[in-house]
Amino acid sequence: MAEAAIELVGISKSFGAVRANRDINLEVQKGTIHGIIGENGAGKSTLMSILYGFYQADQGEIRVNGKPTVIRSPNDAIANGIGMVHQHFMLVDNFTVLENVILGAESNALLNSSISKARAELKRLEQEYSLFVEPDAVIEELPVGLQQRVEILKALYRGAEILILDEPTGVLTPPEADHLFRILKQLKEQGKTIVLITHKLREIMAITDNVSVMRQGTMVATRETAKTTVEELAELMVGRRVLLRVEKGEPAIGAVKLSVRNLTVKDSRGVTMVEDVSFDIRAGEIVGIAGVAGNGQSELLEAISGVRKAVSGTVTLDGKPIDLTGAADPGELRDRGLAHVPEDRHHVGLVLAFEENENSILGYHDKPQYLNGPFLNIEAIRRDAREKIEKYDIRPSDCRLKTANFSGGNQQKIVLAREIERDPGVLIVGQPTRGVDVGAIEFIHRRLIDMRDQGKAVLVVSVELDEIRSLSDRILVMFAGRVVGERGPDATEGELGLLMAGVEQQEAAE
Amino acid sequence: MSTPYAKLPRWADYGLIPLINLLVAFAVAGLVVLLVGENPFRAAVILVDGAFGSGPGIAYTLFYATSFIFTGLAVAVAFHGGLFNIGGEGQAYFAGLGVALACLPFDGFLPWYLIFLLAILCSAVFGALWALIPAYLQAKRGSHIVITTIMFNFIASSLMVYMLVDVLKPMGSMAPQTRQFLDGAQLPRLGFLFDYIGMKVRPSVPLNISFLLALLMAFLVWVLIWRTKLGYEIRTMGFSPKAARYAGISETRVIIVTMLISGALAGMMAMNPIMGDQHNVPLDFVAGAGFVGIAVALMGRSHPAGIVPAAILFGMLYQGGAELSFEMPSISRDMIVIIQGLVILFAGALEHMFRPAVQAVFASFSPKSVGVVAAKGEGV
Repeated sequence: MAEAAIELVGISKSFGAVRANRDINLEVQKGTIHGIIGENGAGKSTLMSILYGFYQADQGEIRVNGKPTVIRSPNDAIANGIGMVHQHFMLVDNFTVLENVILGAESNALLNSSISKARAELKRLEQEYSLFVEPDAVIEELPVGLQQRVEILKALYRGAEILILDEPTGVLTPPEADHLFRILKQLKEQGKTIVLITHKLREIMAITDNVSVMRQGTMVATRETAKTTVEELAELMVGRRVLLRVEKGEPAIGAVKLSVRNLTVKDSRGVTMVEDVSFDIRAGEIVGIAGVAGNGQSELLEAISGVRKAVSGTVTLDGKPIDLTGAADPGELRDRGLAHVPEDRHHVGLVLAFEENENSILGYHDKPQYLNGPFLNIEAIRRDAREKIEKYDIRPSDCRLKTANFSGGNQQKIVLAREIERDPGVLIVGQPTRGVDVGAIEFIHRRLIDMRDQGKAVLVVSVELDEIRSLSDRILVMFAGRVVGERGPDATEGELGLLMAGVEQQEAAE
Repeated sequence: MSTPYAKLPRWADYGLIPLINLLVAFAVAGLVVLLVGENPFRAAVILVDGAFGSGPGIAYTLFYATSFIFTGLAVAVAFHGGLFNIGGEGQAYFAGLGVALACLPFDGFLPWYLIFLLAILCSAVFGALWALIPAYLQAKRGSHIVITTIMFNFIASSLMVYMLVDVLKPMGSMAPQTRQFLDGAQLPRLGFLFDYIGMKVRPSVPLNISFLLALLMAFLVWVLIWRTKLGYEIRTMGFSPKAARYAGISETRVIIVTMLISGALAGMMAMNPIMGDQHNVPLDFVAGAGFVGIAVALMGRSHPAGIVPAAILFGMLYQGGAELSFEMPSISRDMIVIIQGLVILFAGALEHMFRPAVQAVFASFSPKSVGVVAAKGEGV
């Protein structure tokens, strides 16, 4: 029996009335990869934040290597050999790798000695763990996978023996994720202990030794990975059986609803993000756009929905042209039956400071049914919001609650309810289930399939390949601003992964 | 990582924290009073008594508050749209021309209520015009509204000197101001209302009907922000310009309309000292009210129900401060400015200084009464 690197005993943490963690017990064995899985809001991040010193537990004890330890700040955590790789990297973009690694660990006021010492140390770490990164490269010029490697190096440089990774693969391509897993395995062989937080069951099965499942703030089970199944874990997470594949019938494809020809879009810095993209979406089908984040999908969505001006290209909606390079604005497109669920619901799709009912009219606030002359018809707005809350099972069912207080899944339902209930002919959805819990994912996918079965044209952009594959009737893959391939829903993950990584089709076939 | 502080109940957010800020401001001000060798407690009593202890005291306090309500509302409306209008001072000053335009040609033969309506219109239009250029530059050219509105304060100041010295000054007069208004352009005073509560107020106390207009405007601003489509668009824009663009709200239009309304509210302030008190348009009649409006809006959380009491508080400082410098000669007018500055500092600029501590206290005492804003878990 290996000894425990970390033991959490009876950890509880409340934020006001919400009990984020309830009497959590966890034992992570030294030299293993331990997965923590759970829906969004299950309390995984809170638990890890307690371990890393961002929060203090209300109750309970942390033992590191068997010793009771008080961790009041990340500095305490680092001193106890605990390092963390955050979901959103904590790197200074315009610093070099080396500067980032020593940031916060400078040994004296003059940087020179720290830097040369760090350079030597970095070299040693690179050799020991084969984690090579050019020390003088500037962070913003590195691909995401390498940036993550810098985060890992940062933790190792500070002497971390226990490494916590929070949703590490969210931003990676499948090949990059595989590479990360190889690194983690190597770290394990060197005796490091790794805690992996994720909501992707596949990753858990692929690399962990043990897995703990959290649900609604409690630890519901710990299993040896080899002795469990994806189905069992999913059931433990949600508390009931879940359908991992969406059930859908054959599509009844109709006329072309939205036609995009030679669309080119630049981002705010003037960099071309979408280049010469053409495709059609027909009534009754779901078209999925796959790709690693940052390959132009976001800009494509913004352009088609009128949020961002396109540079050139022609687009027709129901056979009539829309001027995306000039006058088209999202309001006009909405009136013509094009609804848009944006990728970033926190800053674009919703105003988090608004009450729920105020968000349920965003974009449709100028429709006569919500107005009395220049005044808002508060009663009609709230009635309407309550109907949607009921129909979409949005919880808590309080239309006066601040939107920020809803969970990710419920926020997404607020947006979907607003856009779908207007009965649009074309629905454009960005990241339909990002940050959404498993129960709500099922619901949201069901709604999108319903739209398709009602003869609507649906365009889905997602970085979750599984989602694209299970929803789409056709899959377009974007890489570096271009559509590099079209596949059917039966395309294998490997095939799509290569396309997403920009490997040409011919090479893929070889 | 979001802040691990629990959310406060509304009464603490809107009542307790401003009160703590205020008490600290007064404590520091008390030290200053102590430093010049006066008794701070006696000074505080004189200040409060001077502002609220008598009918005329209250009336003066409300007279000053009237100006601050207008300018506070002006700043608040812009805040809701995510715009920081520092130009209330200049907009109100320039609006003095509008008031002159409404009064000088007509005060001989029109009744006061018609001139009042005309003056409301003219002061609002002039104030709005002075805000229009910075608004246009922000909306179309991206010039930062803080910079442009500050600059427009200086321009307004110079322009008004020119107008009052070279254009509007009557022939033969030495004072840089317009001629004295006739009865038609003098607003009715409200001192008589104090008779009903058994207080005597001299007719010379300048509290006037524009105070009621200020209260009406406070209500209308509430309606505008929370009950109209335009207000909805302004708030959407203020919270999230990206969401506004997504919702098909024109950024240019909302910036310009918001600033026009803000400028109009600041402009209406001009009527209070001009038609209510001086009965002419003098130099520097705004006397800092535009800047006090920023503190009032901050302290009142940009909500009319907070702005009115905050404005009265600053009215108290002006009126009580005047009494104080009269009663305690070693406390000069400048000392009063220091005290006001401290209140602005603690209530406005350092508004969040005590918040974490108060939140920590609340979190430890009554975990049930606080909601959650932090740590809703992972995901984007």
